[in-house]
Amino acid sequence: MIGFPILSLITFLPVLGMIIILFLKKEQTAVIKYTALAITALQVVLALVLLMNYNYSAAGVYEEKSFQFIEKFRWINITGISWLGTVKVDYFLGIDGLSMPMVILTALISFIATLSSWNINHSLKGYFALFLLLDTGMMGVFVSLDFFLFYIFWELMLLPMYFLIGIWGGPRKEYAAIKFFIYTLFGSVFMLLVMIGLYFSATETLADGSKVFTFNILQLMNSANYTADGILSSLNPNNMRFAAYIALFVGFAIKIPMFPFHTWLPDAHVEAPTPISVILAGVLLKMGTYGILRISYPVFPDVTKQLMWWIALFGVINIIYGALVALAQKDFKKLIAYSSVSHMGYVLLGMASLTSVGINGAIFQMFNHGTITAMLFLIVGVIYDRTHTRGLNDFGGLASQLPIYTGFVTVAFFAAIGLPSMSGFISEAFVFVGAFSIDAIRTLTIISTLGILLGAGYMLWTLQRIFFGPLNEKWANLKDLEFREYAMFIPLTIVIIFLGVYPSAMLNIMNTSVNSLVNLLSGNINITSISGF
Amino acid sequence: MTNLYQSILLILPEIVVSSVLIILVLSDLIFHKDKRVIPFIAGLGIIVTGAFVINQFGITGFAFQTSSQTVRNYGMMAIDSFGVFFKLIVTASSLLILFFSHASNEIQKTKDRLGEYYALIFGMILGMFFMISATDMILIYLSMEMMSLSSYVLAGFTKLRDRSSEASLKYLIYGAVSSGLMLFGISIVYGMTGSTNLYVINSLIQAPQINLFALSFAIVLIFAGIGYKISSAPFHFWTPDVYEGAPITITAFLSVASKAAGFALLIRFIKTTFVSYIDSNGSWTLINVFDWKPILIGISILTMTLGNFSALWQDNLKRMLAYSSIAHAGYLLLGLVVFSNQGLIAILIYFIVYLLMNLGAFLIVMLVANKTGSEEIDDYNGLGYTSPLLAVSFAIFLISLTGLPPTAGFIGKLYLFIALVDAKMIFVAVIALLNSVVSLYYYIRVLKHMYLVKPTESTATVVPSLNNRILVLALAAPVLIFGIYFAPIVDLAKNCLVILGL
Repeated sequence: MIGFPILSLITFLPVLGMIIILFLKKEQTAVIKYTALAITALQVVLALVLLMNYNYSAAGVYEEKSFQFIEKFRWINITGISWLGTVKVDYFLGIDGLSMPMVILTALISFIATLSSWNINHSLKGYFALFLLLDTGMMGVFVSLDFFLFYIFWELMLLPMYFLIGIWGGPRKEYAAIKFFIYTLFGSVFMLLVMIGLYFSATETLADGSKVFTFNILQLMNSANYTADGILSSLNPNNMRFAAYIALFVGFAIKIPMFPFHTWLPDAHVEAPTPISVILAGVLLKMGTYGILRISYPVFPDVTKQLMWWIALFGVINIIYGALVALAQKDFKKLIAYSSVSHMGYVLLGMASLTSVGINGAIFQMFNHGTITAMLFLIVGVIYDRTHTRGLNDFGGLASQLPIYTGFVTVAFFAAIGLPSMSGFISEAFVFVGAFSIDAIRTLTIISTLGILLGAGYMLWTLQRIFFGPLNEKWANLKDLEFREYAMFIPLTIVIIFLGVYPSAMLNIMNTSVNSLVNLLSGNINITSISGF
Repeated sequence: MTNLYQSILLILPEIVVSSVLIILVLSDLIFHKDKRVIPFIAGLGIIVTGAFVINQFGITGFAFQTSSQTVRNYGMMAIDSFGVFFKLIVTASSLLILFFSHASNEIQKTKDRLGEYYALIFGMILGMFFMISATDMILIYLSMEMMSLSSYVLAGFTKLRDRSSEASLKYLIYGAVSSGLMLFGISIVYGMTGSTNLYVINSLIQAPQINLFALSFAIVLIFAGIGYKISSAPFHFWTPDVYEGAPITITAFLSVASKAAGFALLIRFIKTTFVSYIDSNGSWTLINVFDWKPILIGISILTMTLGNFSALWQDNLKRMLAYSSIAHAGYLLLGLVVFSNQGLIAILIYFIVYLLMNLGAFLIVMLVANKTGSEEIDDYNGLGYTSPLLAVSFAIFLISLTGLPPTAGFIGKLYLFIALVDAKMIFVAVIALLNSVVSLYYYIRVLKHMYLVKPTESTATVVPSLNNRILVLALAAPVLIFGIYFAPIVDLAKNCLVILGL
């Protein structure tokens, strides 16, 4: 353990970068770019420091003392008066096996996205300032353990994202940006309501023995903390836990995006500039599933068990529906966007199994989808920069023109299909194994395997349409990758193949926590008896 | 006579305001060649008033106790920390409005009438101060008229513009009707109870022989008068026209100070007249004569929904902000419908936040209008690139009006929803939350014009003077700071809950 506030640093470092950039002159484009790059590179370094100091056997999840790199101090403290109890909100950061992979992913993807932002050609200062603010929001969501703080970070990234799509996006950027904003806000207002409901239902015992209402996510998991008449307390016979679970779930599902809340995604992806698509697919979508694992599951284990079949069903719909729509696309970027919908379905399916294998697979799939889809969007970006078209039928025979590029594309496509020796294979296999082992969702699992077939279909077909066949003479003089593009592709390729060959590197990080979460869900452990509460 | 002497001590702030009003009228006559000194007198007057108001913190008492026959010897005015809080809101917004007026081309063009302008503003302040403290229906009526008459004139102050005269006339006609209705209601209550004092009425309407129908009728009439002041539906029709036509400084003043005084009056009226008991959890028990709850819930939902949906279609920013202020009146009513101290605290917090963000938004609109001469949304195209400071501050105010973190607007909304959830009114909370999603659309539309549309030749470059830049930042900074660290405003609100009575 290091006593240094490393989580605050990794979260607020981009804000520091943003402030530096705001003080730079508009014309100093190179300085602005390298500042942003240095900040995100430093974030990667910090993520590696976290990884090196990470304790693989600490579970976290519901137990405060086994969280790592904890920072906790009183942020808001309003002393109570007779009828209004003390209001306290903690600045509470910490990571465990559920969040560690996401922290690494956020740092990595932000760095790669900065590299791919080199081609942004106007209003650079504003772009990187907003980009870094977005980065802080994302990192903050993954490290905060207080619901209030979590919510602030969650909302913090809406506005930068709106501008990043709206200002630097494609032709229909305004429509896409506002659609994204309104959809997400719609979801998060329900989250706010559940947050307030939980606040009034659970108390935390302070050091002096007094009980105060709490936003602390870990305290909310402890059923002993609930008051008898709280609206979200299971002790209250008229509780609204079921409705609250659904409201919270919708809030997260919009971010995933889960069918039928997915319609903002293709618009946002198609209109967003490449680096923002990368961030969107690589990190933002994970916040939805992460939120479910961090908050919905452990706070509402009872409702989760009732609804597991439905979660699996929506997962399967996502897988099949996303894949079918992807097959029909003529736009490269839209195809990747729908493949993303399909791949996030595996995460839902794995989570719905409520087994250790399945949830391990789900988190692993979150990480892998982050890296693979980020790479796919970069691939689209590279070809779009050169040809200014994304129509799948406008290409042909590019393999002979761009052999190295084609090589990277092939790796990414095979990883997306889930070929063995690539990371995607392991996570999808885990998801299927986990889901298949549960009787209730076995049929759904069997249906969902169809998704693999369809996935192979649209991916290979795309590969064929773009890279094989006769060369489209229009593209006879395309240049292959340049240094900066190597720098984007190589780290992702290494991660994809390394985790395909040696998945334990990632699985070990999460395994202890996942087991602990599964135990909590199955009711094998009684949190109330754990000391430290 | 000690009674009178004590009473005068209790209304020192009001006396100061009246004195400043007289000084302003006189100095308008004395300095009729060079009126530059008048704004400074007004500013100084406000600061002195503020000092006297702050000095009243913690003092409680009744001024002008009317009759010695009744057992409960209550007065015409109640001085308490709740009143002090709202007087501070009025004072603070008045001070800001004085700064705004100094920066506004519209007002500065009418140089030779500046004395009247400032005197009338003080007339409004005086009316509001009495409204905030009044516990007697006669005083309530008089203070509302005092404020209204000044504001009718102010709304038409730039009389050479047709819209301004139209605004003034509309305001006057609507105002006359609603105060007539209110007076009728007051007379019925007086006829039934034989008193105009709210505390006396409170004890009398608990008697079983009261005629509930007549009482309900009177209450609805009285509410029409107050509802008009806070621009709640269905008494809101004047708002967009008046807000659009009036000089922008007056629009801003009406939208914050006049609304605050109206809310203070409404809360005090309901709390003193209809609440019989407050339990240890801080929730209020109403006297069983008139069921305020469903009516207020309905009005609140109607107000915010109408306000938000009408704002969607507005291309004039003043008009849009007018509808947005109607919607905010709806949110504020939510704090009242829970009938608890928790709701009251939410209203107080919301007013602090609303003061900052709403005045801030109007300030930006004014500065841009100074340059372009109009408030149409198309004039904001590309403003983010030509006038970064204004555009960023405007973005902060609008985001705060939407209620998104990390701005103070979120804290205001949060406390309202906390009050609603605490009172188990989930359904109302859901409607209010969906309303704020709707409101996002029109607030963000301004951001769209400022940032997503590229600047053209016609885009104005607004470079505010140093004073105005400081003013903008002085409003924008607290919106962000209270969004992140909100303990101070909650503490302040918590200490201002005392409403005399019971």
